[in-house]
Amino acid sequence: MAQIEEVSLDKFKHLVSERALTGETMLLNMGPQHPSTHGVLRLLLELDGEVIVNCIPDIGFLHTGVEKNMEAKTYQKAEVMTDRLDYMNTMGNNLAYVMAVEKLVDLDVPARAQALRVILTELQRIASHLVWLGTSGLDLAAMSMFLYCFREREQILDILELVSGQRMMTTYFRPGGVWRDVPVEFEKAVRDFIKIFPKRIDEYETLLTKNPLFIDRMVDIGYLSKETALSYGVTGPTLRASGVDWDLRKARPYCGYEQYDFHVPVLAEGDTYARYLVRIEELRESLKIVEQALNKLPLGPVRSDNRKFVPPPRSEIGVSMEALIHHFKLWTEGFPAPKASIYSAVESPRGELGLFIEGDGGPKPLRMHLRTPSFDNLGVLPEIVKGHLVADLDAILASIDIVLGDIDR
Amino acid sequence: MDKKLEPIVKIIQEKFGAGLEEFRDEVHLSVKAGQIVEALTIMRDEFHFELLSALTAVDYWPQANPRFHVIYQLTSLEKNLSAQIRVSLNGSSPKVGTVAGVYASANWRERELLDMFGIEIEGHPDPRRILMPEDHEGHPLRKDYPLGYEEPQFTFNFDEIDLRKPYAKE
Repeated sequence: MAQIEEVSLDKFKHLVSERALTGETMLLNMGPQHPSTHGVLRLLLELDGEVIVNCIPDIGFLHTGVEKNMEAKTYQKAEVMTDRLDYMNTMGNNLAYVMAVEKLVDLDVPARAQALRVILTELQRIASHLVWLGTSGLDLAAMSMFLYCFREREQILDILELVSGQRMMTTYFRPGGVWRDVPVEFEKAVRDFIKIFPKRIDEYETLLTKNPLFIDRMVDIGYLSKETALSYGVTGPTLRASGVDWDLRKARPYCGYEQYDFHVPVLAEGDTYARYLVRIEELRESLKIVEQALNKLPLGPVRSDNRKFVPPPRSEIGVSMEALIHHFKLWTEGFPAPKASIYSAVESPRGELGLFIEGDGGPKPLRMHLRTPSFDNLGVLPEIVKGHLVADLDAILASIDIVLGDIDR
Repeated sequence: MDKKLEPIVKIIQEKFGAGLEEFRDEVHLSVKAGQIVEALTIMRDEFHFELLSALTAVDYWPQANPRFHVIYQLTSLEKNLSAQIRVSLNGSSPKVGTVAGVYASANWRERELLDMFGIEIEGHPDPRRILMPEDHEGHPLRKDYPLGYEEPQFTFNFDEIDLRKPYAKE
């Protein structure tokens, strides 16, 4: 049986106030097994009564060495690792990865694949925001929100299963396009969702937006200023709720986002309630994008026919010698990428999801770094919880919408 | 290269004698390790690169000098520009000054460098490991660190493997 070790303050001396050393304030351990930390996050809190004086996040409980593992795999095979990062946003992670690889090797993607990518990532964004809405409702004792949100999320996951065969670990986007074309049932499934979802958002809003109990817990809680947010590298809805109009889909359109008419909700208040309103508005905007993209979904191929990077379809292998050679080369050796580095970023539901890839001329990356938005977004937590009650910590933590798989990698 | 980026690159090149590389419309500038704090301060204050998008490193082992490149990926929201600044470090005693005073997000990112690459960050306000356990030995993202595996234990050899299995220290 392991000895229970007393926590020594020596390691944290420089992070807590003087009063903690004399015992005037209390140190309280929150997590890693705590329902409102949204995963395995440990927070060491210094409390004066019920007021938070300092907060020291401790991360790494879910560290699985994704970057190291990706560096040991070929570019095609490394993609499955991206699903397992931010498990609320698998399509978005796939998109970030394939776009980075396409940029590194300079590969074109057909228009139909681009539009499919947009539809599926936006659906995934809605699913991710629904989990956020459900769990942050749960943290503030709105139990029914959780059930309603998961009902709609399930409908989206069914669509993802329809196209990729998996609810969550999709790996549907591939360098040069998507895995295969969507089945015929796809359009109806998405249309059904588009039809019911606006009413459902209204329902959520009736339950929460003007609910006095909810407003009391949210308004003026966890204020994050524009300057602090930028300095801490905060991105995504959390940044936009602090009054910065920055969305990579608008600022640097990719996958043809420039064709779609949508607006980026920005609020200047910077509190927990503003972050809630921004995300609710994003649900509506994402649905608008899905509808437009579905209406003008072009016909045509869904994968590039550049055989140096994209494997040939099964039907060609039986009749073409070149196709067989390409198939063999690509699945045994992989494709080489130039000896150079790129940084490519997309807007994930949590912020800027960037990939830094450095190739070494061979089929495996020399370095693969994932700039995950939750990591930086969590970094600002100690700044914004100071002076609030412990009970408000739940609301603040929920409002920055972290996913521990995204932080620990 | 973006037209708006050209004058900025020129000034940085003149001021720091920085090297320039371009690839797929990206701009990579390389400065010396001692200049990085000043270079980032200028980029932030004069050229409005408000966001440090990424801070990471590359290990070129077995090459010893330079063994590491530290990468600072900057984004300007106001002008919608990106630039990358690189610093090369040798393998025997890799160290670089902290930029946590310029971008607060560098605090955690530099702890990650320390943890994963064993790069010493001079003047860092909180130099502890961030992802790995504090008693972990070695720096996992270095190229000379093995990918590793765990021996599978079955009923017949459970105790035998249990004896030599490297558990985290209590």
